[in-house]
Parts: sequence; C-alpha cells; structure tokens
Amino acid sequence: MIDASQKRSVVMSDGAGAALARTRRDFLRSAAGLTLGSTLLRSPWARAAVAASKRKVVVVTFGGGARDQETFAPEGQENIPHLMRELIPQSSFFTQVVNRGILGHYVATASLATGVYETINNFAALPPQSPTVFEYFRKDLKRPSSDAWVVAPSNGFNRIGESSHRSYGQGLGARVILPKHLLTAATSGRHDDYQHLLRDNYETPFYAPELAGSEFELQQLEMILKLSVDDFKAHAQTLSSPDELSVYIAHQLMRQVAPSLLWITMHDIDIAHAGAYSLYVEGIRRTDRLCSDVWKAIQSEPEYAGKTTMFILPDFGRDSDEDAGGNGFQHHRTGDALSRTTWMLVAGPGIREGVVVDRPMESTDLVPTLGAMFGFSPSFAQGKPVSELL
Amino acid sequence: MLPRDLRPENFAGYPPEARKLVTNYLGTLQTLPLSFEPGLLRELIDFDFKFPAERTAHERELAKVSSLSNDQRKEWFHEFDEIKLSPQLEAFDWVKSPAQFVEKLSAHLWSTHQLDAFRKASNNYGDRLRQAVPPEPPPIPRLGITVIGQGVASYDDPLFRKLRPHGAYFTRVNPENGLRILLNAATDRSRKHPIRYGHWYIDGGDEAPHSTGLTTVSYKALEPVRAALLRRIQTELDRPGMGPETLRTLLAQLHPVDLGIGAKNSGKKNDESADEVLERFELKLLTEGSGTQIFSTIFAQWAAREALRRAQPLTLLVRFAPRQRQRPMNELITAVPASTELDLAGSLVDADMGAYYNWLNQQRLPGADQSSFLVWFEGHNQALVIGPAMPRGTESTSAADLSQLLTLAA
Repeated sequence: MIDASQKRSVVMSDGAGAALARTRRDFLRSAAGLTLGSTLLRSPWARAAVAASKRKVVVVTFGGGARDQETFAPEGQENIPHLMRELIPQSSFFTQVVNRGILGHYVATASLATGVYETINNFAALPPQSPTVFEYFRKDLKRPSSDAWVVAPSNGFNRIGESSHRSYGQGLGARVILPKHLLTAATSGRHDDYQHLLRDNYETPFYAPELAGSEFELQQLEMILKLSVDDFKAHAQTLSSPDELSVYIAHQLMRQVAPSLLWITMHDIDIAHAGAYSLYVEGIRRTDRLCSDVWKAIQSEPEYAGKTTMFILPDFGRDSDEDAGGNGFQHHRTGDALSRTTWMLVAGPGIREGVVVDRPMESTDLVPTLGAMFGFSPSFAQGKPVSELL
Repeated sequence: MLPRDLRPENFAGYPPEARKLVTNYLGTLQTLPLSFEPGLLRELIDFDFKFPAERTAHERELAKVSSLSNDQRKEWFHEFDEIKLSPQLEAFDWVKSPAQFVEKLSAHLWSTHQLDAFRKASNNYGDRLRQAVPPEPPPIPRLGITVIGQGVASYDDPLFRKLRPHGAYFTRVNPENGLRILLNAATDRSRKHPIRYGHWYIDGGDEAPHSTGLTTVSYKALEPVRAALLRRIQTELDRPGMGPETLRTLLAQLHPVDLGIGAKNSGKKNDESADEVLERFELKLLTEGSGTQIFSTIFAQWAAREALRRAQPLTLLVRFAPRQRQRPMNELITAVPASTELDLAGSLVDADMGAYYNWLNQQRLPGADQSSFLVWFEGHNQALVIGPAMPRGTESTSAADLSQLLTLAA
C-alpha cells in the first residue's frame, strides 16, 4: 500500500503551516518592503469615513489554486507583477490562511461563502448546507436581491448563491451569473467562435452539471446589464479566457447594478489538472492581471470608489513537488501543507497598507469578517472575524 | 465484511498469482485494520501484472508485517485503527473491488476531516516499513536522461532553472547526433546489465529507432488506443446519469483488450511479442493519468513518473515532443485528429518542468546518492548534468558533446 521508497511527506501541522507563512512573509518583505503586522496594530477601519450602509465589498477568489513557487517565491514573482507592484503595497496581506476542509473547488468555494467546511459533493449541483454570506447579508440587513451577486466561472457553481438551510435558503440568496452559460445561450448553440471561453470544469472535464437555481437569464442581459446580445457576443470575441469573460460581466454589473456584495470566482488556473505547466503559469499571469483590472474598476466606478473593500484569496493551494503522493502542481489531492495553506490580500478604505500578518487564520474566517464589516450576524459560521481588519 | 471474516474463497476472483499470495498471508490479512487493508489489496489484486521491483516490494512487505508480534502490530497499525469508517464502507465488497473502496474511503476521509490523520498514519507506516525492510540498492547507479524542446528553433528564456542548483549547466554542447548518442548509451547499459524492465525509453511523440533491449512506451504508438478510449468516454458521457465518479469507475475496470492494446492493435512493431505487464502499465497511463489522453507532454512526464515509481529502472530516457495547442476540453476529448496545431514554446516549458519532476522522482529511489541525470535541449547547445561527482550550481562554457557529458555524469 505504501511505497516504501517514497520520500516522507510533509504532514499538515501548525509547524509546517507556520514555516510556509514565514517564507511568504520573507518573500514579500524582500520584494515589496512590507512591514510585519500584529493584532496590536489596530486597523483604522473604525475611523474610516464610509458608513456601514454605504460600504461595498468585492471578493475575488484567485482560483483554482496556485502555489508559492509560481507566485510569491522569488522565482514566481515574475508571474504576478500586478499583485506585487500595484496591490500588495496598498494592502494588508495574510500569509497563513489554512483551509482544513475538502480541497475541491466547488465545495471549497462554498465553504468560503458559508464560513463552514461544507461536505457537499464537489461534482453535484447541490446548494451549500449552511447559510451563505449572501443570505446573512440580505436577511439581516434587509437588502434586496439586486444587492448581492455572484459571477461564477463554472456551470457547476450555479447553486452557490443560496443554501439549503431551512432558516435561510430560497429567495434570500445572491443572484448568480454564469457567464459561460449566458454566452452559450446568446450564441444559440452556434458557438464555434467562442469555444475558448466555454471551457468548464478542469478537475473533471467530463462533468456537465444540470443547471438549476437562481441563475441569470438571457433576457435579463439587456434589462439588467444594459447589454445587447450582439454587443455581448462582439465583446466576447475579443476575450481570451473564461475568467476574462467573468471579469467583463462583473464590471458590467458594477456599472449597471452596483451591488454592495459582489463575489467573483476565477477558475482559469485550474487548467493545471491537464498537466501542462505552461498553461498553468499562463493562467496565473492572467488572473494576476484580472485582479488588477477589478481593482481599477473599483477605483473608476463612482458607486465603488472610496468605499469598497476588496478581498483576494485562493480557495486553496496545490500539491507540493516534495510530496511523493502527488504530482506537483497538477493536482490538489494530497492534503499536504502547501495545498491547504494559502494567503489573503485585503485592500480598501480603512485597511492598513503594506502590512503582512502571519498569524494563522482559516478560510472560514472570511464570512465572520464580512459580517463584522457589514453589521450582520453569521450565526452558523465556524470562523472568527479577522481582528486586524476591524 | 471485516478483515477478520476473510476466507480463501473470498479471493476466488483474483488472478492466480495474486490469489496464491493473499492466501499464503490470509492469517496476517485477517488482523489488519479495514482503513488500511483495501489499499494493500488494491495493489495485490494486480500482482500478476506487476513489475519485478513491485513484486519484490510487496512480498517483503507482507513477510515483514506477518512477522510482527502482537504488540508490534498494534504499534504499527494503531493510527489506522483510530480511523472511523462508516457502516456503508464496512458493508462494501472491498475484497472484490478494493480500488473502488479506496475511492470511497478517500471521499469519506475528506468529508469527515480524517484525511490528515490518515496521511500521518500512512507516512508513519511507510517510515517503519522502510526502516525495517530497507530498499535494496540498485546493482549499478541509475541514469536518467531527459530530452526537451523537440522542434523549437530558438528560445531565449533560461532553461533548467529548477535543476541548476543541483548540477552543472553546459552552454556549448555539440548537438550533432545527440539523440543517437543518448539512445546508444541507454542501449549499451541495457546490454551490459540485462534486467527485465530495467532500461526504459519513453517518447512523447514518435519513437526514434532504438534497440529492442529497451522497454519502450510512446504517445504515437498508443494513438489508436487513445482514440478508442476517447470514443468510449464520449459514448459513456451520453448515457443518462453518468457522473465523474461513475465514469472513473468504468475506466478503472477496462482491460487492455477493451481498447485494443496489444502487439497486434496498438501500433507496435510486429516483432514485439505481447507483454501483459507493459500493456497494463500503458492502460493505466491513459485511464488513471490526468491529461495523458490529450497532451503529449503530461503523457511523457506521467509515464516517467509511473515507470520510476513502479519499475524502478536503472536507465530511463524520456524524450518530450510538442503537444497540441490548448483547445476547449470537449473538443480535445472528441477524437484524435489527423493533424493538430502544435504549441512548441509551451511544450518546452512543460518539458522543462517535466525534466525537474523526472529528476525528483528518480531521487526518491534507492541509491539516489549515486544516481546521475542529464537533461538536454534537443538540437541545441544547452544541457545540464547532475551526478555524484558533478559540482552543483555551476556553469561551464567548455565545448563538449553528449558522450562527454555522459562520461562526466557517471
């Protein structure tokens, strides 16, 4: 059963995670001249001029999983010039975000959105079991459905907007846009010119989920996004990847609807499952650029500028080269420290700039942090608010 | 069923040599934890089709485990005993279908947050076994050769960046007859040390002419098999209720004959006789590998990884070839087209990382401190050599041909 010749793997432990965090901090400090943050350095969030009712949050998941050596390690920094030069210097950066849940993209994103390590089938069109951040946000703050949106990359994410929880659920969640589904509908099945934008699940490319839930309908393209089908198709032809399509739609949504809570899930990087390293790195570079584009859109849109906090975080990492049980960058199956430990970048008014925080936090801390920022109570979430941001 | 209930007749469906082995160790198997045993049986059920190195390892593992006292057995397996399984898993026919059990166990471990505990138990078991039954050193030092960049006219970015700290980088290599020199070196080693499955040549494209003394796997020769597999996937996808788990189970149940693997059908030369062990190896490359059906670069890297892990070759020459350009996944799996657009530069980047993985995987084998490794940018002047006598992190501008570099590596 166990190949005795295989090198001993790194077992997930606080020690291994802390070592990763130290390494990330050192990489960043040397590259960007950042300072070490701590809980004693309280953020002036409370002094920020933006009232909670006007506050907006954009969450971007840097999906699906990228490792240190292709991002923050010295040899990887060439792949993330926008994060390194533009975003990190004006952000608080958390070096040790641990995901102790299931490392599948849908279930992990659902865990990020609920603050609970979800156990739903990663490859089934199922809603999260616990209430999502969108439901807390809308129910507690009495916000309309137009105020919480998800732009999701894969058709398999169509149920991410609202949970099956009996106290929340139907009618209380976020509206979900699946840009690929929208494009398929817009092209009426004749999508030869758009195939490059319609790639779906890389983890199991044979998976074709049945669509259900509160997905965005084609007829609402014009009504809500103020975008004609022809314009949408014409612009889509200028794009090179599904994530570019997602960011385009997200920007359109910001202009026309301006939701207070916008969640954008990236996915291009997960092409790594096909085993082509060049395509994986290309995905990282594109995602880096798109994160910068989202930040620029926030700064340029009057509804968002000066009152929006952006969170960027991967759902998890990928297997290390050193774990003989995996195949390096290709998958995230071993559950080793590198695949579980990621980072989070937070920027916006009231957020300390150029600060690195390397105490451990968990993926499930995101929802309680958003709750503290917005003023809702995520009563079923397992995590804790990140004090450095409050 | 629980391990203590095992009877010889439970293994009636196993191939003859596997049946004989597990029956011989039935008493031991009756004492092992259910969280551990199906993983072992998943390997043993294929015993008839294992490489010699794997057979030896399994026999030594079983002999060692059966020799443990009760106290030792508790110490070795107590962490596995602590893994909590579901009634559904206990009721599953894990003797007949151990691989499917392991898939279900994996899902169970993830969803019940026991994966880390299982990893720890597995690593500790591996450490104990390695200490108790140290792997045998190879009869001669291993040699790994990786050839990358086929078809690339020029490339300005630095190559071998991950390998450079471990060896000497040469920038004035004479590329003339390079591939021939490397293949001859592999052949020469196979003639001097004729060990079955001891010397391999893996090609991500079409095989170059070579000696029959090398165990050979190539992407091109398996083209009809890949096409048959993709057709089968398409057919299965059209069935109602088909999901990824079901499809994976179906693929795992395929036999070589189902995809036309064999000397007659797979494009191999007529003089090569059927080799069921190699055929099973090829089948698993395509049914268990991710991306191996569509991209030649991951095919070559995964084949090398599996050859090293399973056959533990003394010599391994891997030649990467250009892969097709990325297209939507549904197009890629539709069929194997007659002609495809190639991504030469991307393939070089893939292969450069693949070379690093080939070296890492070679270094996981016994005798790593004496092993050598050479990687060459095909048709060009750049190569890197790692060996016990080679300085690390150095660069040489001395003129050399590949024969000289092989001599330096030894």
